[in-house]
Amino acid sequence: MARSKNRMSNEINAGSMADIAFLLLIFFLVTTTIASDKGILNFLPPKQDPNVPPPDIKKNERNIFNVLINANNDLLVEGEYRRKAEGLDKDFKEFIMNFGAPDEDAVALFNSLPASLQSQALRKPDSSDHPGEAVISIKTNRGTSYAVFLEVFDNAKRAYFDIYAERVGITADEYRALTGDDEASKALQDKGKEGIPMAISIAEPDKAGGN
Amino acid sequence: MAKFRKKKLGGSDQINTSALPDIIFMLLFFFMVTTVLREQDVLVDQKIPQSTQLQKLQNKTLISYIFIGKPKNTSLYGSEPRVQANDVLIGSPEIVQWVNQERDKLPEADRGSITISMKVDKEVKMGPISDVQTELRNADARKVLYASTKKLDQE
Repeated sequence: MARSKNRMSNEINAGSMADIAFLLLIFFLVTTTIASDKGILNFLPPKQDPNVPPPDIKKNERNIFNVLINANNDLLVEGEYRRKAEGLDKDFKEFIMNFGAPDEDAVALFNSLPASLQSQALRKPDSSDHPGEAVISIKTNRGTSYAVFLEVFDNAKRAYFDIYAERVGITADEYRALTGDDEASKALQDKGKEGIPMAISIAEPDKAGGN
Repeated sequence: MAKFRKKKLGGSDQINTSALPDIIFMLLFFFMVTTVLREQDVLVDQKIPQSTQLQKLQNKTLISYIFIGKPKNTSLYGSEPRVQANDVLIGSPEIVQWVNQERDKLPEADRGSITISMKVDKEVKMGPISDVQTELRNADARKVLYASTKKLDQE
């Protein structure tokens, strides 16, 4: 009865509008999945022709940094047992920047580096000759957990990105965020990479411990 | 004016909520715009591992997604990790065909730079992943993104 009196009022009651909007909002909040296209980029090697034998690459053992991960997710880093992948990026970095026996180009490269990177060259004779030769090799079993493999791969990437970023004087996060779309960022990207190729080799997993 | 002042003096203890719907609507529109309704059901477990060195891809249209993990419906598909592309679980040999289909959807100039985003569950072993990668190499789709979420740095 009381309501019929109010019928003449020309204002719509908007009080429940908020409730309706809330309801919709909550629906979208629940269903939304903010699409993330982030991840670790990797370039697979080209398909191998079965008629052509794999090229016989002669590389000094000291230029290859071996990381083996077995089916129990234990690591063997350069012949040494290791439980966790944490801190592996430091070892990678040391290995890449070792400059044990640089050739002419590598000496020029070394001289072009900022002092903070130069000081990291340990010049150990049993480690890599120079960054152009250094290869990080990751080998897994078929039974190795993907999470552990990705952690090691992540560490290897981090070592390279740290070096690149330090070389151009920005943080690694900033370097990774470079898109290469415009001239300036492309130049910066190339300057970081020049002469230090990201050489991470992922060997075909062997059969142990898998299916 | 007088009316206005009178109201104020009256000391009504109600907060003016007439702007509330507008605020809520604004939020609503934000979520409506950002939301991507799943065009496909993911049939496999997806607990994405975390890592630190994430890169973001520029061109979203070039990405095709492949999901690997233990099937959610184990009674139907078994408990071994399976590969899902589009809406169905496929076997390794069908991946080449799937890649070619995905590539055909792209404009001709971009076909070479197709990127496969591999969304792999933490629990998966390297065996199935390497099988998939072998197939991707066969299909000459060699740019692969291991989808991953940001891990907070513990220094």
